Amino acid sequence: MSEPFEPKIVAFVCTYCTYAGADLAGTSRLKYAPNVRIVRLPCTGRISPMFILKALQKGADGVLVSGCHPGDCHFTHGNYHARRRWTVFRALLEFTGIPLERVKFSWISAAEGGKFADFMNSVTEDIRKLGPFDQYQRLINETEAPATL
Amino acid sequence: MPQCPMHRSISSFILKDCIMAKIGVFICHCGENIGAKVDCTKLAATMGEHPGVAIAVDYKYFCSDPGQESVKRAIRENNLTGVVVAACSPRMHEATFRKACAEAGLNPYMCEIANIREQCSWVHNDPVMATEKAADITRSMVEKVKRNNNLQPIEVPVTRRALVIGGGIAGIQAALDIANAGQEVVLVEREPTLGGHMAQLSETFPTLDCSQCIMTPRMVEAAQHPKIRLLTYAEVVGVDGYIGNFHVKVKMKARYVDTESCTGCGDCITKCPNKKISSEFDCGLGKRPAIYTPFAQSVPNKPIIDKANCTYFKNGKCKVCVKVCQLNSINFEMQDEFIDLEIGAIVVATGFQVQDNSVYGEYGYGKYKDIINGLQFERLASASGPTSGKILRPSDGKEPETIVFIQCAGSRDPSKGVRYCSKICCMYTAKHAMLYAHKVHGGKSNIFYMDIRAAGKGYDEFTRRAIEDDEASYLRGRVSKVWEENGKLMVRGVDTLLGKPVVIAADMVVLATAMVSQPDAKDFAKTIGIGYDEYGFFNEAHLKLRPVESSTAGIFLAGACQSPKDIPDSVAQASASASKILALFSKEKLEREPVVATNNEATCAGCWGCVLACPYNAIDKKDILDRSGKVIKRVASVNPGLCQGCGTCVSFCRSNSLDLAGFTEKQIFAEVMGL
Repeated sequence: MSEPFEPKIVAFVCTYCTYAGADLAGTSRLKYAPNVRIVRLPCTGRISPMFILKALQKGADGVLVSGCHPGDCHFTHGNYHARRRWTVFRALLEFTGIPLERVKFSWISAAEGGKFADFMNSVTEDIRKLGPFDQYQRLINETEAPATL
Repeated sequence: MPQCPMHRSISSFILKDCIMAKIGVFICHCGENIGAKVDCTKLAATMGEHPGVAIAVDYKYFCSDPGQESVKRAIRENNLTGVVVAACSPRMHEATFRKACAEAGLNPYMCEIANIREQCSWVHNDPVMATEKAADITRSMVEKVKRNNNLQPIEVPVTRRALVIGGGIAGIQAALDIANAGQEVVLVEREPTLGGHMAQLSETFPTLDCSQCIMTPRMVEAAQHPKIRLLTYAEVVGVDGYIGNFHVKVKMKARYVDTESCTGCGDCITKCPNKKISSEFDCGLGKRPAIYTPFAQSVPNKPIIDKANCTYFKNGKCKVCVKVCQLNSINFEMQDEFIDLEIGAIVVATGFQVQDNSVYGEYGYGKYKDIINGLQFERLASASGPTSGKILRPSDGKEPETIVFIQCAGSRDPSKGVRYCSKICCMYTAKHAMLYAHKVHGGKSNIFYMDIRAAGKGYDEFTRRAIEDDEASYLRGRVSKVWEENGKLMVRGVDTLLGKPVVIAADMVVLATAMVSQPDAKDFAKTIGIGYDEYGFFNEAHLKLRPVESSTAGIFLAGACQSPKDIPDSVAQASASASKILALFSKEKLEREPVVATNNEATCAGCWGCVLACPYNAIDKKDILDRSGKVIKRVASVNPGLCQGCGTCVSFCRSNSLDLAGFTEKQIFAEVMGL
């Protein structure tokens, strides 16, 4: 039997809540799946949809975005901007044919080390079920094929 | 190598990013913390082969003195252009290593931390996977640091005036400490008087000295201090700005009594016809008039009118107080006022509340008059209380012959939403049993407890005294039900040490209620911009190493607003906050992280999306003029003093003109590409 597929997941998180939550999971010695790689940003408001696309283009099988709970943003409302941007961006993702299930959005506070660990496990399992994200590579191959006009 | 001036910008970009990069990678074992899971030697070998990496080494403890020295030496010997330290969280040692880099002549912002402890070795079991992840994290940081820029910290001026929110023992202590060091303080209290909960207490453990005797002199000292501006019956309603430069809005609630002319003679209080209002200060056990001071030693000792209960405000008739006041100090037309303050640092000392005991329906609090909470017992035992210090039943005024104290009535009970230990209840229940034994001779006190937690100087000795000298009977177990039978309160519990159920016929039951956060704590935290936990207690920046700082720079915590605390702990934390603030005020200017947005005015189209996005109003519109002074175009301009560096504007920018220093687009894309 072949080895189980180990997905590669990129997480964009804010430094004040989710990054601190991830640190708390560490100091609490919680164990979780090692598939997620974190990119630390000051605030989820900093996250451009281009980051998500870039990660998928680079070969990530899934992307997750996590920040402070609504109302708790260190920068008062950066997370609301992120949420709104995500709702708009969803439509574009769908249009491009990238399954929405590959991009996850959540709120994890600095106090929620347990939630962070659980979320990492559940995301890893979900993406594992979806399998490798090779659509993008296929797309590149197709577009690079000689034009037939 | 391209030398043409036309290409200089492009070539320098390439040179700096990729060709000329000489990155040093320092992989820390952190003893066994990282080394046990991540193969650090292998990681160093992998990283050494990565393009742009000049040196990659591993070592037991890079944060140690020799560790830091080796980093500095490597920077000098290899002329490193950037440093990546793969170690613990940047929240732990980023500052340490940036300082080391600066000492070796490298710009401190050319140093990045790859977090391979908290987010790798501590959380993964499989060494192979953990090593692979550590390599990814480190590589990604190497790619980022190649694109880092030299940054200079931003200097901002400091307003040397502190704001203390809350006038209980913690707030008073912080205010006095700061004021005694010669700095200005504004002390804001939302109740009509200073004092907080400590002023309500009878005697304090473990010395049994009278709370008012030690509290009221401090209240007077704070009120009379030339450096302290006291604002009572006032609330902080808005905080803007940042460390050293906060703008604070305070609402002065209308007292309907002019405190300037009022002498506090008390004629209005004695003559007020409406005397049947339940006293908040006496926890509902006493009465007060509609114009009142909360207690006799209130500071300031000037009355206020309780608008909700005043006959004039309800019916438009009465005005007895106006008639008796010889100084015309009563003013029914008074309105709330708002004042603006310029503040450099803030101490939050907003205290706690006791939990509402009605969550325990089976204990009958609220149903039977003689079931009271710990704070109500304090009022009964206090010489200034409704019974002048006699322990009497609220129902019939008789001395109770048997009392049952129930500890952990709320604390350590997840089913009631309070998982934590309130920390003070074991001690005050022992104290209550002692006070009861001293005041009611021959009285019998029974205490149901889960554990006796008496850690503290003189604390365990104190509880032993309650048991051995004052004959308090401790029963280890929970109470399941309290009901009334023949004028007695029947308490059914279990003595788990004997393994037997017990029923005690008591005359009074005292619940050692949980300490909970103020009901509006979460909203208040949002108003001033600090974090809070699931219970509404305010979060410290680091539980062990920064226990008095909030996560927002310039805002500090003191007392029970952070977690349940007794008086010595509250005072200690208040003094610690004060010393932090004095350290802050010892400088002319503050240095801030240069993580701020910058705008490329050449490409900015002036769409003002960033202006809408900015939570801090840090983006202004700036005119670009030609030589004759004619406006060519208007562009966005970031005020680095106001910018907090969230980067929301950057991802809003349609023309990619804005960027965030330290987290530039280039850096983040490089990070993603490195993964």
